[in-house]
Amino acid sequence: MTKWLEEHMPKLVLAPSFIVVLIFVYGFIAWTAWVSLTRSRLLPRYEIDGFIQYDRLFASPRWDTAFTNLFVFGFLFIVIAMILGLILAILLDQNIRTEGAIRTIYLYPMALSMIVTGTAWKWILNPGLGLEATVRGWGFEDFTFNWLVDPDMAIYTVVIAAIWQSSGFVMALFLAGLRSVDQEIIKAAQVDGIPTWRVYTAIIIPAMAPIFLSAFIVLSHLAIKSFDLVIALTGGGPGYATDLPATYMYTMAFSRGDIGQAASSAMIMMMVVFTIVVPYLYSELRTKDD
Amino acid sequence: MTDLSYTSPRSGSRTANILLRWALYIMLGLFALFYLMPLFVMVITSFKSLDEIRTGDLISLPREVTFDAWRTAWSGACTGIQCEGVRPFFWNSVLIAIPAVLISTLIGALNGYVVAQWRFKGANLFFALMLFGCFIPFQVVLLPMARMLGLMGMAGTIPGLIFVHVIYGLGFTTLFFRNYYVSIPSELTKAAKVDGAGFFRIFWSIFLPLSLPIIVVTVIWQFTQIWNDFLFGVSFSQAGTQPVTVALNNIVNSTTGVKAYNVDMAAAIIAALPTLFVYVVAGKYFVRGLTAGSVKG
Repeated sequence: MTKWLEEHMPKLVLAPSFIVVLIFVYGFIAWTAWVSLTRSRLLPRYEIDGFIQYDRLFASPRWDTAFTNLFVFGFLFIVIAMILGLILAILLDQNIRTEGAIRTIYLYPMALSMIVTGTAWKWILNPGLGLEATVRGWGFEDFTFNWLVDPDMAIYTVVIAAIWQSSGFVMALFLAGLRSVDQEIIKAAQVDGIPTWRVYTAIIIPAMAPIFLSAFIVLSHLAIKSFDLVIALTGGGPGYATDLPATYMYTMAFSRGDIGQAASSAMIMMMVVFTIVVPYLYSELRTKDD
Repeated sequence: MTDLSYTSPRSGSRTANILLRWALYIMLGLFALFYLMPLFVMVITSFKSLDEIRTGDLISLPREVTFDAWRTAWSGACTGIQCEGVRPFFWNSVLIAIPAVLISTLIGALNGYVVAQWRFKGANLFFALMLFGCFIPFQVVLLPMARMLGLMGMAGTIPGLIFVHVIYGLGFTTLFFRNYYVSIPSELTKAAKVDGAGFFRIFWSIFLPLSLPIIVVTVIWQFTQIWNDFLFGVSFSQAGTQPVTVALNNIVNSTTGVKAYNVDMAAAIIAALPTLFVYVVAGKYFVRGLTAGSVKG
C-alpha cells in the first residue's frame, strides 16, 4: 500500500488541480458556450436554439460600439505603448547613471489597480476642475480639453490612462531584450563605423523580434480584459460611448439580467483572445518539446 | 549595455556629445514627470480642502495642509448606503488576499515540482491545459461561477472570493514554479530516490530550500493580482464583503451629495498603498514576475 502510494504520489498531487481546471475552466467555458446558444434571459435555459443570441448581439448598436471600441482602443493602446516602451528602453540603455531610479518611476503604475489609475485620470481630465481649468488659469482662456465628456473622444481618454499604466512594463521587457542582444556583433558594427541609428534598426531591433511578440501578446490580452479601467474612468459613458465587450458582458450579466447576451458576448471575447494567443502558445509549447 | 553614443569612433566632437547627453537626460526627465504627475496630483489633492480645490489648480501645492480628507476616506466616506469609509473593505481585501496568496502559491509549488521533475504520461498535457487557462478572459467563467458559488453556499462571502482567486491563480503559480524547477537537474531527484527519499521528502529538503526567489516572485505576483482585482470582487461580493477596489469605485462614482475630490484621492491612495509598498521594497521581484508571466521558457 505504501509502495503504491509512493509510486502514484505525483499523480495524486496533480489530481485535484487537474479536476479543478477541467471543471472551472473548461467545464465553465462549455457551459457558457452552451447557454450562448439558447434563449436564456433572466435564468439560464438549456434548450439549444441556434445562433439567436449572436444574431441579437450583432444587431445591437451598443455591442457594435463596444466591439468597434475594442479595436480602436486595442490598436492605439498596443501601438503607442510599444513605440513609447521601445523609445524609453533605448534612451535608458545609454549608460544612464540614475537608471535604477528612473526605471522605478517609469514602471510603478503597473503596480496600481486599474481602479486607482481610472480614479486619478478621471480627476485630472475633469473638464471643470482638472487640466482644462488649470491651463485656463495660466492665461490660456480658450483652452478646452473635455474628452472625458465628449462621446466621440472619451475612448481616447481610456487609451491615455492605459498607456500611462502599461508603457513602463513594455519598457522593462524591451530593456531586457536590448541587453540580451549579442554585444560582439554590436562592437563589430561599431568598429566598421556603422552609425548608431543603423545599428539599432538593422541589428538590435530585428534581433528582438520574439520580445515584440511577447509584448504584443501581453498588451492585447490587457486590452481585451480592460474592464476596471473603463468602469472607473468613464463608467462606459457618456451614454455607452466607451463600452468595451468586457463592460457590455458585465452589464448584460449583472444589471440587465440577460444571460444569453452575456454568454454570447463572453464567447466572442474568448474567440478574439484565442485567435491571438493560441498560435503563440502552440509555437511556445512546440519549441520547448524539441 | 549598448553604450552607442559614446563608443562609436565616428561620433562627432566632444561638445556635440555633451549636448547629446544633456538632451538625453532632459527627455528622460520629462518622461519621469509624465509618470509621476498623476501620483503627485493625487497626493496634493488629498491634502487640500474642497474650497481650495474649487478655486486652485491641479498642480499647485496646498496652501493649507489638512488631513480631513484622509480621515473621511478611511472611516467616514459613503459607499452606497454604508458610510464607514474604506476601512472595513481594506480589511476585507487583506482577509481575501492573504489566504488566497498562500494557498495558490503552495499548490502551485507542488504542481510545478511534479510537472518539472516527475514527468509521467499526461504531465505535459496537464501543463498545457493549465497554461491555456491563464489566458482565458474571465468573463467566460463569470456566469457559471456565480451559480456554482450559490450552489456551494459561498455566494457573496469572503471564502467564496478566496476560492475563486485560488482557482484562477493556479495557472500562473504552476507556471512560475514549473519554469523554475525545470532548470534544476533531474539527476538530483534521481539520486535522492536511490538514497530512499520519498516524494515529499525530496520536495521538502531539496527543492523548497532552493525556492526562495521564486516563492518571493510568486507571492508578489499573486498579491498584486488579487489586491488589484476588481472583476471578481464586483461580481461575487455583496454589501459588507466587497474588496477595497470595489469600495473605492463606489465612493468615486456615488452620485449622492457633494463630490469630494480630496476624499476620492485619499481613498485611491489608501487602496494603492499595499501594492505600491510591495513594489518599492521588492521591485526587482515584481518585475521578474511580470516578465516571467510573459516571456516563458
